Amino acid sequence: MSTTEDPRAVAKDASQERQKRMIADHFSRLARSEERGEKCVYTFVPGNLTELLLAFDVAPVLPEINALQSGMRGLSKDYIALAEKEGHSEDVCTYVKCDIGMLRSGNIGPTGERLPDPDLLLLSYTGCFTFLKWFELLKQEYDCPVTMLHVPYQADGRITDEMRKYVVDQLRDKIIPALEQMTGKAYDEDRLRELLARSARAEDDLVAVLESAKHKPSPIDAYFGGVYYIGPIFTAFRGTQEAVDYYRVLREEVEERIRLGKGPIIPSGELEQEKYRLVVEGPPNWTNFRQFWEMFTDEGAVVVASTYTKVGGVYDDGFRHDPERPLESLAEYCLGCYTNLNLPSRVEKLANYVRDYEADGFLINSVKSCNSFSAGQLMMLREVETRTGVPGGFIESDLVDPRYFSAANIKNRLESYFQMIEQKRARGVTR
Amino acid sequence: MSTLTELDLATTSITTLVSDCEELIRDTSMPSVRTWKERTGGIAIGFMPTYIPRELLHAQGVLPVGIMGAGDIEIIRGDAYYQSYICHIPRSTVELGLNGSLDCLDGMVFPAICDVIRNLSGMWKMMFADKLVHYLDLPQDFSAEIGGTFYRHDLELLSQKLVDAGARPLEAEALRASIRAYNENSRAVRALYDLRRREPWRVPTAELYVALRAGLVLPVESHTALLERFSALVQAQTDRVPVDQARVILTGSFCEQPPLGLIKTLERSGCYIVDDDFVQVSRWFRGDISETGDPLDALVGAFLNDAPACPTRYIDDGEKGRELVDRVGACGAEGVLFCAPSFCDPALLDQPMDTAAVTRAGIPWTAFKYSEDTGQFQVIREQAGTFADSIKLWSGT
Ligand code: SF4
Ligand code: SF4
Repeated sequence: MSTTEDPRAVAKDASQERQKRMIADHFSRLARSEERGEKCVYTFVPGNLTELLLAFDVAPVLPEINALQSGMRGLSKDYIALAEKEGHSEDVCTYVKCDIGMLRSGNIGPTGERLPDPDLLLLSYTGCFTFLKWFELLKQEYDCPVTMLHVPYQADGRITDEMRKYVVDQLRDKIIPALEQMTGKAYDEDRLRELLARSARAEDDLVAVLESAKHKPSPIDAYFGGVYYIGPIFTAFRGTQEAVDYYRVLREEVEERIRLGKGPIIPSGELEQEKYRLVVEGPPNWTNFRQFWEMFTDEGAVVVASTYTKVGGVYDDGFRHDPERPLESLAEYCLGCYTNLNLPSRVEKLANYVRDYEADGFLINSVKSCNSFSAGQLMMLREVETRTGVPGGFIESDLVDPRYFSAANIKNRLESYFQMIEQKRARGVTR
Repeated sequence: MSTLTELDLATTSITTLVSDCEELIRDTSMPSVRTWKERTGGIAIGFMPTYIPRELLHAQGVLPVGIMGAGDIEIIRGDAYYQSYICHIPRSTVELGLNGSLDCLDGMVFPAICDVIRNLSGMWKMMFADKLVHYLDLPQDFSAEIGGTFYRHDLELLSQKLVDAGARPLEAEALRASIRAYNENSRAVRALYDLRRREPWRVPTAELYVALRAGLVLPVESHTALLERFSALVQAQTDRVPVDQARVILTGSFCEQPPLGLIKTLERSGCYIVDDDFVQVSRWFRGDISETGDPLDALVGAFLNDAPACPTRYIDDGEKGRELVDRVGACGAEGVLFCAPSFCDPALLDQPMDTAAVTRAGIPWTAFKYSEDTGQFQVIREQAGTFADSIKLWSGT
């Protein structure tokens, strides 16, 4: 895009158009990368080192994004079946199986073009044990080096100097040399600083967008809509001017919606009346994404805060990438991702969201795939309920395995849940 | 039962010894730990599978107590904490915590093995706020300067937490002595594994297994004595003679444990289990931990350089499944039983890589899943029986 374009002159959902373009361009760039001699790295969303990769002119490929895209495009069922036929257990994360199945089916990305093979597998082991196994599996498929960044868990609810040092040491002594070797380029810290400075600008705007949901009515849906908003910053664009521009336009759109007193954009247009304000924990289901969202919008429910939109980085606590401390701030970013927080911190975060966003309730979508998110969620449910006094709801589904999305069941549960909020309201319990 | 800690091992028969060990496992209120605490006035700290450096706790006068689930006890409250698609061990552990069985513990250490155990550490903090809770973030970077430095600090932090919970401060000489005590114990365990490998009919796995499990609740010195007695007793059994059974290696059971009945079923269905990954903490290292030099560095160095290729450990270079294939060769196994708990991410995500390696090496294998409270073994009995028969047939030709 042209950076001189007046964002106010563009249509309401210009940000969405812009994002679609950015992502499509990224995938076609990836599809052509081999012929253009460009290198690419497979890595994960939590703890991604996008700025560092961009400083080496390397493009990231994120297998989770491919899996969720396959889920949204109705392909995941067959991919998973293929992997299970090969001996992958029905019990494990469906992202992994979807990825393996996609690989077996030609590694075709969301735009219908083939994804390049990795020049490096960069295992950012942040917040999820399955990542280790996922890349051990991919390592058998590709003839390329693997490098691993182990990010310690915030078990005691804080980042210690030793944890930061451990990550920085690995960045300096393992990850950067691996990137240098792969690209033949020297590490350029000034370039990294420039990228990090742009990250911080985009992060400011992202936080403003997410926090706009404190307004009543909320101008955004911070879960279903939120997954679009986090798209660029969680994937290949953090640190780019495109991301800075995207988040600026998005923020302006959202501020305009507040000025006009409008609710969020939803699949069918705009939400007319905000009836319930919810906080949601857990990732969404991707195979029936729209149907799932409509179960909320049909009832006038808006998600005002979600934890899923923090898996690729928690920014609303004040963290920003810092050009003055490039490697340290990358380390803190990795350490701070949502699934790397301990359960008491997650409970506190949810309880704070309920309070700060004046939510009527909070809901957990527990996905079968993901022990990192799901193990302990039933206890979180009770703790958040006790601390906030608002009703908690619990539904179960999966990320990309349609066998575990039972629409009737989920709809029933949601309806009873909304009735519960109504009853509490009638008794004057919630806001 | 007799109190194994105070048992006069010299007069014990193999039957009594094994049944005493079984009782130690079955009695989840852990009387031996309570007795030890009363006798010594020390503190006891629980730990989850698979590995923690027990030497460190021992050196500070702490009794490390391994918690490997609760078998088939009735789960009354634990199920309310977990969805159906999560393995069984965290729910039985929560049950033990809530029903008072673990009251005798002054804290818990949760090693980094998977996201379920990791998240359980946070739940424990919320449930038992007044007790020590430590998540032992075992490094996945195995260089001395980076992973080693980080791990050493983690151990220092744990050591300080133990002091805060009432243990004595760590001293190098005490740690060296503890390393010696645990080296001795591991040697006894390895000797039994060697004996079973050579003469599996002498050392039924169901017996060896309970003898190992006893070590999770006994002081190390008593456990080493128990193992030595066990070894002498099994070697003295003249009625144990070789029969035509298939030699198999069992893998995947490093965390949630199969019911004892399942192990017995496998043996009865025609398998000699000649290697396994039960109670791995008791033989985590291939050799001894260095008894000279800085003892904390020795613990760190052993973890970095001498640990097995457990599914919870990232394989940075080398081939996945290689170690399993090598172990099959080393123990002369004729087949592999992949025996993992349902919903166990580390075991089940590893399995396709391991089965591929084993298949490439031309080794027969079969796979099944269990839960620690599985009560029906008929299907597994048939599967293992058919597997054993096919091996025998194959080796006969
Ligand atoms: S287990 Fe959860 S965090 Fe890990 S790869 Fe699967 S979905 Fe992602
Ligand atoms: S059985 Fe497997 S998944 Fe369950 S806690 Fe143990 S290692 Fe984790």
